[in-house]
Amino acid sequence: MTSEPSSDPIRPSRPVVRPLPASTMALAGVLLLIPLVALAIVPVYAKDGPRLWGFPFFYWYQFLWVFLASGFTYCAHMVINHARRGQR
Amino acid sequence: MTALAAGTHTGVHGVELGVVIFFFLVVTFGGFFAVRWRRGESMKSLDEWGLGGRGFGSVITWFLLGGDLYTAYTFVAVPAAMFATGAVSGFFAVPYTIVVYPLIFIFMPRLWSVSHRNGYVTPADFVRGRYGSRTLALAVAVTGIVATMPYIALQLVGIQAVLDTMGLGGSGNWFLRDLPLIIAFAVLAAYTYSSGLRAPALIAFVKDTLIYLVIVVAIVWVAINIGFGDVFNAAQTKMKSTPNGSFIPSSKTFWAYGTLAFGSALALFMYPHSVTGVLSAKDRTVIRRNAAILPTYSLMLGLLALLGFAAIYEKTSVVGLDGKPNGQLVVPHFFDQVFPSWFAGVAFAAIAIGALVPAAIMSIAAANLFTRNIYREFFARDASPAHEAAVSKIVSLVVKFGALVFVLGMDKQNAINFQLLGGVWILQTILSIVAGLYTRWLHRWALLVGWAAAMAYGTWAAYQQAGPTTKHFGSSLATFPGTDTKVYIAVTALVVNIVVSVVLTALFRLGKVPAGSDETTPDDYYSDAAAPSVAHAAAEVQSGAEPAST
Repeated sequence: MTSEPSSDPIRPSRPVVRPLPASTMALAGVLLLIPLVALAIVPVYAKDGPRLWGFPFFYWYQFLWVFLASGFTYCAHMVINHARRGQR
Repeated sequence: MTALAAGTHTGVHGVELGVVIFFFLVVTFGGFFAVRWRRGESMKSLDEWGLGGRGFGSVITWFLLGGDLYTAYTFVAVPAAMFATGAVSGFFAVPYTIVVYPLIFIFMPRLWSVSHRNGYVTPADFVRGRYGSRTLALAVAVTGIVATMPYIALQLVGIQAVLDTMGLGGSGNWFLRDLPLIIAFAVLAAYTYSSGLRAPALIAFVKDTLIYLVIVVAIVWVAINIGFGDVFNAAQTKMKSTPNGSFIPSSKTFWAYGTLAFGSALALFMYPHSVTGVLSAKDRTVIRRNAAILPTYSLMLGLLALLGFAAIYEKTSVVGLDGKPNGQLVVPHFFDQVFPSWFAGVAFAAIAIGALVPAAIMSIAAANLFTRNIYREFFARDASPAHEAAVSKIVSLVVKFGALVFVLGMDKQNAINFQLLGGVWILQTILSIVAGLYTRWLHRWALLVGWAAAMAYGTWAAYQQAGPTTKHFGSSLATFPGTDTKVYIAVTALVVNIVVSVVLTALFRLGKVPAGSDETTPDDYYSDAAAPSVAHAAAEVQSGAEPAST
C-alpha cells in the first residue's frame, strides 16, 4: 500500500491509497468469475454419469468445485497481494 | 451400541449425555475466560464488545466465520432435507456455500474498508453514512433484526433435536422438558454479556474441531461399511417414489436449484452476523485469504449432507420421543444408531455447541443494529461508546430471551417459516449495501420504495406456497411471474427491487429530488487504515478516557 502525504487540507494525515491497475482487477475478476459460472450451469452438470467411486457426476462435480473454487479464489488473492506489494 | 430412542420413552442415554455435558462445561469455561483473551484496555465500546477489538487475524477469523455461517440448524436441516426430498431442497447448500466466497472476496473488503475508516459497526451504519438517510438505514436495520431473530430460534431447534435423541424432552412437565435448553441458553447469554464477540470466537475453536472430527469419522465409516455406490443407489430408489423428490435436478428444477444456490449466497453475507464476523477482521487481507480457505467448511457440509442419504440406506427412524415423525432428527438418530454411545455423544456435543456460536454472534449483531441504528439514531443522539456498549449488552440478552420464548412458546414450524422469510427479506437489503459500495447513482428514496415493494412481494409469494403439511410458507420456491418455472422467491423479489429502484431513481433524478449527503470518500473503499479521527477515538477508549466527540 502506498502512503503519501495527502493534499487534502481538511484531513491532512490521511494516507492515500491508489486503486489497483485495471488489468490486475480484471485478472482477479476473471479468476473469481470462473467458479461462479461453473456452478451456474446447472443443466450441464445435473447428470448421473459418469460415476466416480459410486458418486454420480452431479455430486462429484460439485465436490470437485469446492477445491477448485478455493484454488481460484486463492490465486485471485495472490494476484492482488502481488500488485499491492509492487505498489509499495 | 444403543437402541433407537423411538419407543423407549424413559431411557436417558447416560454416556451420550455425560459427554455432551463435559464439552458444555469446557465451552462455558472458555466463554467466561474469553473476556481476558486478547483484551483491550476496556470493554466499554462496541468496537471491543461487539467486534472483538476489530483485530482478529486469519486463523481466528477462519474459526469465527466458519462457526458463524455453518450453524447447528444447517447441520441438522441440510441432511434432513436430503433424507426427505433429496438434492434440490438439500444439496443446493453445497454450490451455495461455494459461490458465496468469490462474492465475499469481491464485496466484503470494500465494506470492511469503508466501515473501518468511518467507524461503522453495522451494515445500516454504512447505509446511513453513504446515503445520508436514517430512514433507509432504519429499513436495513429492522430487516436485519427481523431476519436474524428466527435464525437464533432455529439454533435452539438444533439443540432440541439432540436432546430429544438422548431421551430428554418428549412428554411430561414442560418446565422439566425444556430445562436443559433453558440452562444452555442462560449460560450462553451470561458469557456473551460479559465477553462479547470474544466468547463465540474462542468457543468456535472447540466447535469446529469437534465437527471436523465427527464428519471425517462418519464419512470414513460410511465408505467402509456401506460404500458410496450403495448409498446413492438407495437414495435414487427412494427419490423416484417420493413426491417432489429429486436425486439429481431435472429440467423442471434447474432454475430452482441455481436460484436457491445463488440467492442464498447473496443473502448470506447480508445477514448482520456475517457482517459482524467480517468487520472483526484486522485487515482486508484477512478477509480475502479467508474467502480462499473457508470452503473447507463447504466440503464438510457436503459430506454431512450425504449422511442424509446414508440414513436412507440405514433406514434410520425419524420418530421422536413424542411419537411423531420429525425429519430433523435424522442426523442425531443416525449417529445414535450406528456409533458407540461415547462417539455419538461427541457428535451431539458438536451440534449443540455448534448452536451456541452462531446464536451468540447473531444476538450480538442484532443488538448492535438496535443500538446503533434505532436507539442511538432516534432516542439518544449523544450516546457515548460506553453507553452504546451497555445498551447492546442488555439487548443481546433480550434477543436471546425472545428466541427462547419463540421456540418454547410457539410451534417450531413458525420459526422455520420465519427463517425462510428471513432469507427472502435479508436479500432485499443487498441493493442499498452492495450497490452502495460501488455507486451513489441509486436514489435513497428509490431504494426505500424498491425495498418495500420487494418485501411485500416476497412475503406474499411465500405465504401463497402450500407444503405437504402446511397451507402457507410450504416452500421457498414460487413460479416466476409470467412463466411456469419455479425459482427462489428471494431472487424474484430482488428483481422487483432492482426494477423499482432503477426506474424511481431515474424519475427522482429528473425531478431533482434531494439525494442526501455522502460522508464517505472514494478512497475509503480500498483503504487499509482507519481514518485518523476513528483511530484517535479508539485509542482514547482503549486508554479509558472519554472520547472528545461522538
